[in-house]
Amino acid sequence: MSVLFLLIVVAVLATAAYVLCRQRALGSVQGNPKTLHSLPVYYGWHGAIMVLLPSLAGLVLWLLVQPLVIEGRIAAALPDGMMAEGGSMELVMADVRRVAGGLDVAVDQGAMTEDQAGRIRTEFTDVRDRLAAVGVALGSDVTAPVLAAAQDYRVMTAWGAMGRTVLTVLLAAAGLVYALMLTNKDFRARNRVEQVVLGLLIAASSIAILTTLGIVYSMLTETFNFFAMYPFQDFFFSLTWSPNFRGDSELGILPLIWGTLYITLISMLVSVPIGLFAAIYLAEYASKRVRSWVKPLIEVIAGIPTVVFGLFALVTVGPLLRDYFAEPMGWGDSGSSVMTAGLVIGILNIPFISSLSDDIINAVPQSLRDGSLGLGATRSETIRQVVLPAALPGIVGACLMAASRAIGETMIVVMGAGAAAKLDLNPFEAMTTMTVKIVGQLTGDTDFASPETLVAFALGMTLFVITLALNIVALIVVRKYREQYD
Amino acid sequence: MTDATAGGLAAPAFSTPKSSLLSQTALVRRRNAAETRFKAYGIAAIVLSLATLGFMLFTILTDGVSAFFQAKLSFPVELTAETLDPQGNRNRDEMAKVTTLGYNKVLAAAFAKEMTARGIAIDGQSDKDVTDMISKDAAGDLRAAVLANPQMVGTTIDATVLATGRIDGYLKGRVTMETAERDANVTPEQLQLADLLREAGILKSSFNWDFITSPDASDQRPEAAGLGVAILGSAYMMLLVLITCVPVGVAASIYLEEFAPKNVWTDAIEVNISNLAAVPSIVFGILGLAIFINFAGMPNSSSLVGALVLSLMTLPTIIIATRASIRAVPPSIRDAALGIGASKMQTVFHHVLPLAMPGILTGTILGLASALGETAPLLLIGMVAFVDNYPGSPPDGFLDPATALPVQVFGWAQRADPAFIERSSGAIIILLIFLVAMNVLAVLLRRRFERRW
Repeated sequence: MSVLFLLIVVAVLATAAYVLCRQRALGSVQGNPKTLHSLPVYYGWHGAIMVLLPSLAGLVLWLLVQPLVIEGRIAAALPDGMMAEGGSMELVMADVRRVAGGLDVAVDQGAMTEDQAGRIRTEFTDVRDRLAAVGVALGSDVTAPVLAAAQDYRVMTAWGAMGRTVLTVLLAAAGLVYALMLTNKDFRARNRVEQVVLGLLIAASSIAILTTLGIVYSMLTETFNFFAMYPFQDFFFSLTWSPNFRGDSELGILPLIWGTLYITLISMLVSVPIGLFAAIYLAEYASKRVRSWVKPLIEVIAGIPTVVFGLFALVTVGPLLRDYFAEPMGWGDSGSSVMTAGLVIGILNIPFISSLSDDIINAVPQSLRDGSLGLGATRSETIRQVVLPAALPGIVGACLMAASRAIGETMIVVMGAGAAAKLDLNPFEAMTTMTVKIVGQLTGDTDFASPETLVAFALGMTLFVITLALNIVALIVVRKYREQYD
Repeated sequence: MTDATAGGLAAPAFSTPKSSLLSQTALVRRRNAAETRFKAYGIAAIVLSLATLGFMLFTILTDGVSAFFQAKLSFPVELTAETLDPQGNRNRDEMAKVTTLGYNKVLAAAFAKEMTARGIAIDGQSDKDVTDMISKDAAGDLRAAVLANPQMVGTTIDATVLATGRIDGYLKGRVTMETAERDANVTPEQLQLADLLREAGILKSSFNWDFITSPDASDQRPEAAGLGVAILGSAYMMLLVLITCVPVGVAASIYLEEFAPKNVWTDAIEVNISNLAAVPSIVFGILGLAIFINFAGMPNSSSLVGALVLSLMTLPTIIIATRASIRAVPPSIRDAALGIGASKMQTVFHHVLPLAMPGILTGTILGLASALGETAPLLLIGMVAFVDNYPGSPPDGFLDPATALPVQVFGWAQRADPAFIERSSGAIIILLIFLVAMNVLAVLLRRRFERRW
């Protein structure tokens, strides 16, 4: 029975359980629901849950464990010589699976009977030809041990499928009977149903933690693999980045960090003044009408996908800077440059800084402004000497978050900053960042045993740690000084 | 004493400079000027950022609108039976042995014949100049049409085929006589011919539905490249994100807002969610590659893996929005429900959640919109690969290789032929149309259902 069909059977049983339990509960009080402990639907739901939970848990567990058990037994049964000549265990197992799959196809298409597929021998038939006849192409000739293992594999898988079906249906039926036995007028169905729902809610909220664990785990293991192949002091302190797939690559992160920080610096020089002045104007000067139009318009910038900014950098900003600044001044002739990427990321971050700062400036109590204005200060003096100092921690926090966004930004630098890793001061040169290199090393054909690919995970880990640290510092700054006026 | 005091007041010991409220002193003038300057900085900042936004959208619109129009050649084609059906029995399987090369010959011959018949010729043209004006995609299209209906062979049909990307670029002003001199893919003679063909009504530019529906094409054929696979892939992913992300996000928010006790575990969850919202998107791509593809063995560049990665990324956004709208439901509602005997769970599911629904919907739509525009993590799970087959229908189609709109924008922008920049901008227009529609929907929902307590 296929898994899909099994799921349908379980669903039917659950529906049956819902109806039966509900009726039984009503029957136990002669159709008068007032004397029941819970509403009748809760008895129904309890029945359905008792069918679904154990059977689905059993099914998932079986699906996870079955391949492990079968492959373990096949591997134990294979002759020892196979490992030595055939390379790794995984390759042999892949062969076994492919042959078994081929036999399945042959049986499905009627080219072999089930019996023939079990008894076919390499000594008498060319298995590769027979399988090719039904459209299954095998890379190499099938050896006798692999064929035998494949036949074992098919037998065990068939038994496994049978066991899976029996177990799931048994668990579902047991759940149904158990729920029916429990159901009577004093049974606290609602409490039990609510407990299960609460459990599901807790599980859902734990996914956030699982995601973080997944990120950390996936990057840590591959980073350790990388450092096993490549010395970490070279990674952190070498001044050269020149990967090549012949093997003698130099993978120093410093040029990448330099490029990242340089681009971030330029983006902050663009976004902080513009974003801050926009926020000040909107919060302190603008009339309600102007504010209700301008604020959403600025926030439109935040809703535009970064790949659009990337294309803008590639097609418009880069050539503009090259033709009107860099080339006439003799600073370089590259369309993609630190300046291009920095400017465009700066634009991207304007709404981020302006809306965060706007909230923070609005949170400064009006009494401070009134006091300052009452002493005769002008509005700009009030803003500079009273409002901004009061809002400073929040603004610093906003700037740190913007910096962390600029550091992690990918598409704009991939399309606008270039791919050459160098340590240079000229902002009109093409330089590169950590994110560009992560994309570069992980797209296309990748080999997860070479340091040139695995270095991407070490870069990702560095990026993750830097952005996380910036955000935590920002949160601490904001939290520590926020309570002053509450 | 009193006299002395009164005298002191009447004649102050120090003298102040004469000033009037009507004439400003130098200091006041300076302070007022500083005030005006400060205000002007604010206006300048706003004008500058809005002007940049306007400039960006303007360049992309002007670059991209032309992608929706395409130069096409219309001329009668005689489907010669000798070439297309050598056996002469109109058998589909035998006709399938004729490759596109055969159809190319038929098209080229028909085109040359039409040009001689109309007397269109210029000095110094070569046969290659003429045949190369037809897109390399045209033969494949014709072959598919003929194989679908073998009875067409032997008749003469009015065919409308794509012109090459350079001729298309000439009609749009991207290719000029000067650039053609230096271009290996087009000659000035072809452009002169194109002028004549346009006067004769054979070469026309018309609205290009294929740009929206057909799959991607190779580097050499920008004129045939379309967004069909990308739009379908994006739609699959949005559907899956909706299915996986919304129930989990809402459940998590309910727990954290209504049930969670204050302890280490819930604190850890809270900190986690706010940190995940700030993790760079590319890190989620690394997670997807390591966990879903390498560890769990899911197929590369499938919409399922893309959707899982995007879901994990969107989850914090949806949780934050949902929690805000649950928190906005006043406690009096909960008290009332609890007061008439509802359990905590019934209060939440029967009263709080329905009242918070508009806010949840709005947050969900905005979260989906940001997922729709995300590119970087999808590059890492292999979606940048060239896909020219439509993914199958769900649920199996979720495992087929697909691509997404923003990834297609990036992919085209990376190609050498400038015609792809136009396609890339056109794809952005489609993407922005979807995003604007989603945002407008969110605003409308908020306006319609928002309740002030």
